[in-house]
Amino acid sequence: MTEPTGLKSWLTTVDHKRIGKLYFWTAFCFFLVGGVEALLIRSQLAQPNGHLVDARTYNELFTMHGTTMIFLALMPLSVAFFNFIVPLQIGARDVAFPRLNAFSYWVFLLGGVFLNLSWFVGPLFHAGRLSVAPNGGWFGYANLTERQYSIGPNIDFWLLGLQILGVSSLAGGFNFIVTILNLRAPGMRMMRLPVFSWMTLVTSFLLITAFPVITVALVFLMFDRNFGTHFYQVSAGGDPVLWQHLFWLFGHPEVYILILPAMGVVSEVLPTFSGKPLFGYTVVVYSGILIAFMGWGVWSHHMFSVGLGPIADAVFSSTTMLIAIPTGVKIFNWIATLWGGQIRFDTPLLFAVGFIAMFIIGGLSGVTHASPPADLQQTDTYYVVAHIHYVLFGGTVLGLFAGMYYWWPKMTGRMLDETLGKVHFWLMLIGMNVAFFPMHFIGLLGMPRRVYTYSPDLGVSTLNLVSTVGAFVIGVAMLFFIWNVIRSRSAGKVAGDNPWHGATLEWATSSPPPVYNFAQIPTVHSRLPLWNEPESVAQKAPTGPIHVPGGSWWPMVAAVGLPLMATSLIAHALWLVFVGAAVVIFGIFKWGFEPFEV
Amino acid sequence: MADAHAAEHSHPTAAVYIRVAAILFMLTVLEVGVFYVPTFHPILVPALLILSAIKFSIVVMFYMHLKMDNRFFTLIFGGPLLLAFGMMMALMFLFRVFVLK
Amino acid sequence: MSHAAAADVHAEGGGHRTSMGLDSRKMAFWAFIGSECLLFATLISTYLIYKGKSLEGPFPPQILNIPFTSFSTFDLLMSSLWMVLALAAVQRNDMKWAKIWLMGTAIGGLIFLGGQVWEFSHFVEHGLTLQKNMFGTTFFVLTGTHGAHVAVGVLWLLTLWVRAMQGKLTSKNAMTVEITGLYWHFVDVIWIIIFTVVYLIQ
Repeated sequence: MTEPTGLKSWLTTVDHKRIGKLYFWTAFCFFLVGGVEALLIRSQLAQPNGHLVDARTYNELFTMHGTTMIFLALMPLSVAFFNFIVPLQIGARDVAFPRLNAFSYWVFLLGGVFLNLSWFVGPLFHAGRLSVAPNGGWFGYANLTERQYSIGPNIDFWLLGLQILGVSSLAGGFNFIVTILNLRAPGMRMMRLPVFSWMTLVTSFLLITAFPVITVALVFLMFDRNFGTHFYQVSAGGDPVLWQHLFWLFGHPEVYILILPAMGVVSEVLPTFSGKPLFGYTVVVYSGILIAFMGWGVWSHHMFSVGLGPIADAVFSSTTMLIAIPTGVKIFNWIATLWGGQIRFDTPLLFAVGFIAMFIIGGLSGVTHASPPADLQQTDTYYVVAHIHYVLFGGTVLGLFAGMYYWWPKMTGRMLDETLGKVHFWLMLIGMNVAFFPMHFIGLLGMPRRVYTYSPDLGVSTLNLVSTVGAFVIGVAMLFFIWNVIRSRSAGKVAGDNPWHGATLEWATSSPPPVYNFAQIPTVHSRLPLWNEPESVAQKAPTGPIHVPGGSWWPMVAAVGLPLMATSLIAHALWLVFVGAAVVIFGIFKWGFEPFEV
Repeated sequence: MADAHAAEHSHPTAAVYIRVAAILFMLTVLEVGVFYVPTFHPILVPALLILSAIKFSIVVMFYMHLKMDNRFFTLIFGGPLLLAFGMMMALMFLFRVFVLK
Repeated sequence: MSHAAAADVHAEGGGHRTSMGLDSRKMAFWAFIGSECLLFATLISTYLIYKGKSLEGPFPPQILNIPFTSFSTFDLLMSSLWMVLALAAVQRNDMKWAKIWLMGTAIGGLIFLGGQVWEFSHFVEHGLTLQKNMFGTTFFVLTGTHGAHVAVGVLWLLTLWVRAMQGKLTSKNAMTVEITGLYWHFVDVIWIIIFTVVYLIQ
């Protein structure tokens, strides 16, 4: 059967492959937005006493750069791959709840738009400037974020935007847990699951447990700012440190949410391009589970300068050092996978190896943070910015690009160009090191984070300039990627089913897969079905019609209600919250009673 | 769907449910009793915590059917529950809720 | 909007072979309940952290009405009984009793909510508002969140009751009613904790 085309088919789609693509393009656009914000930041800091942007704008830039990159780019890019790849890897026709999946996407899109509208609506709030974008940092520390110190709507945009996005993440978490546990093909025992799908499962558990905590923390902030409470204000007996605890109780699992999917990608790419199975599959899986679990025990290492006391500091210092162990285990297993393999140095492999190298560097600076006395020097300086970007850019971003180059043929039916890919890789690798390595020194020489300029007397001017050059090299690298993408649409080599000779089930389907994924749901007997039992999982033409669910408008309708409710607070229009809630309830009722067959 | 359903559990009778309700009722009476009767005040906190934990478990095991259902459901609920409890304990220690004045 | 199936109609998430042999919707719902544990744990932790930190009254012993709240607790506990009887009725396709017990559960919820409304207005009259002190703040946000959950549950139950009245609820929908029950009992269980921690342990 032919797949419907046209705008309506995309707006009502519940197909995980289409939703994956929607996530990808939306997240990629936000990635570019975050990148522009970064370039503006780096341009401002290229020289001391810079005056490209004023301090207020600068605060908005670094806040939005962090918030956008984390919530609107990196997480959704991972979700794009959860969506497209996981059902294929487990031998399913779609996720457990296709409409909930669509709902997650629309909520994400609307949340991202809501957040970014703040750049332009200043005049509506008589702000005297164009932008009322969030400006309290991506971690919004109280009591700076209280109404007293942040009078305008900026922080309200931030907390409401994050609440909306939280709904999307939670829904996705539930969906993927059930999908991976309950929709596996016959024979696919848990210990035969591809590592990417395992990491998706682990990440999903982190999502559903961590997000409720920040939901409550943001509700408290919303009440403080709008309804006269004092959750984070000392004047009535509250405590700003509560915010920090609640935020980082969420925030630390969040960084594992950011890195585990990329680690999953690396665990898929390395075996394929080494021509041998992942070394120590079981240990890699258990390490991932352990990292997620232990990740709940380290949060106050973000608070070593708060004055928690020696016992708390010592406890969190120990747990933080311990979590390096399962991480290190994974790294050794990856190296062992490469060792002795027939390595093909194609672009996906380059990015995967780049991940390992850069993540090690980021991990090393992370380990130095684990010591409270050392961290007292490092915290709130550019040393931390270096750490963050080595693990998030060198780690997550490089890992996600490995995934992009690896799975692009499967998703689009076309190969990305190898030469352009390699240029992208090397420029990006060089650019990121030039951009972020100097930050270790900049930080230890005393430059704090989140300052819009610095004095020439600090002695970091040259290093900052070098860092800025590196940032722009990254920008150039991105141009090569964008060109590669555009070019591949028409001139990319047509990909066969399994251009990389991968081992996992997604490579059994055509590129791109048919709408129903598998004509015959395969039965697997090994972890590497395409290597060990290719004939038995090979897809033949379908013998009869294969039922796929039609689309639905209701996930999108329900999603629309959320930003309406959020806007009511910003606009001080109580009636709008009822309208928004009515839209949500209406959408859910229609969704619930819609005849829908999976 | 009927097969999966039957495979999961057999249905307890209304009598079982009513008996559970009676137990919950009595436990609540005990709780209120501990609150009002001064003799129990030295052990008020542990007694109430234990009584409410028992009520919690009974509702979860019997009304929510967790005891009779597949062990997996216990895992998927119990894991986050333990995590929630751990988080509460950690926060209470960090904010010195347990420190005597 | 949907394509006619070549074979029989299956409800989303249920009815197909699953790798764990469990109903997908039930699995998702237990995961949701796990997630809600974290939500309420955060609220309850905050209540406990700020206990005794109010700079001015009213304070809990002055204002909490244990007899009244005990009645609310009994009411909610009994509503869990009605819920589980409703499920049993649906499972044996006894829709007459299913409607009675479903409505009974909803009424139990409404009585609870009515009690909350009375209690809250009583507190406000006596000077305990959301903004008055840390007790007011943490109390109203915690119990308010719980009350909102009860309200959603009542709406859910009434929806099922209407479907039953329309003849559209049968034993085939037993899983839907079971999940409704899971939600309702969870809301009850949270109240068990709140009753103990907020009201009885002052």
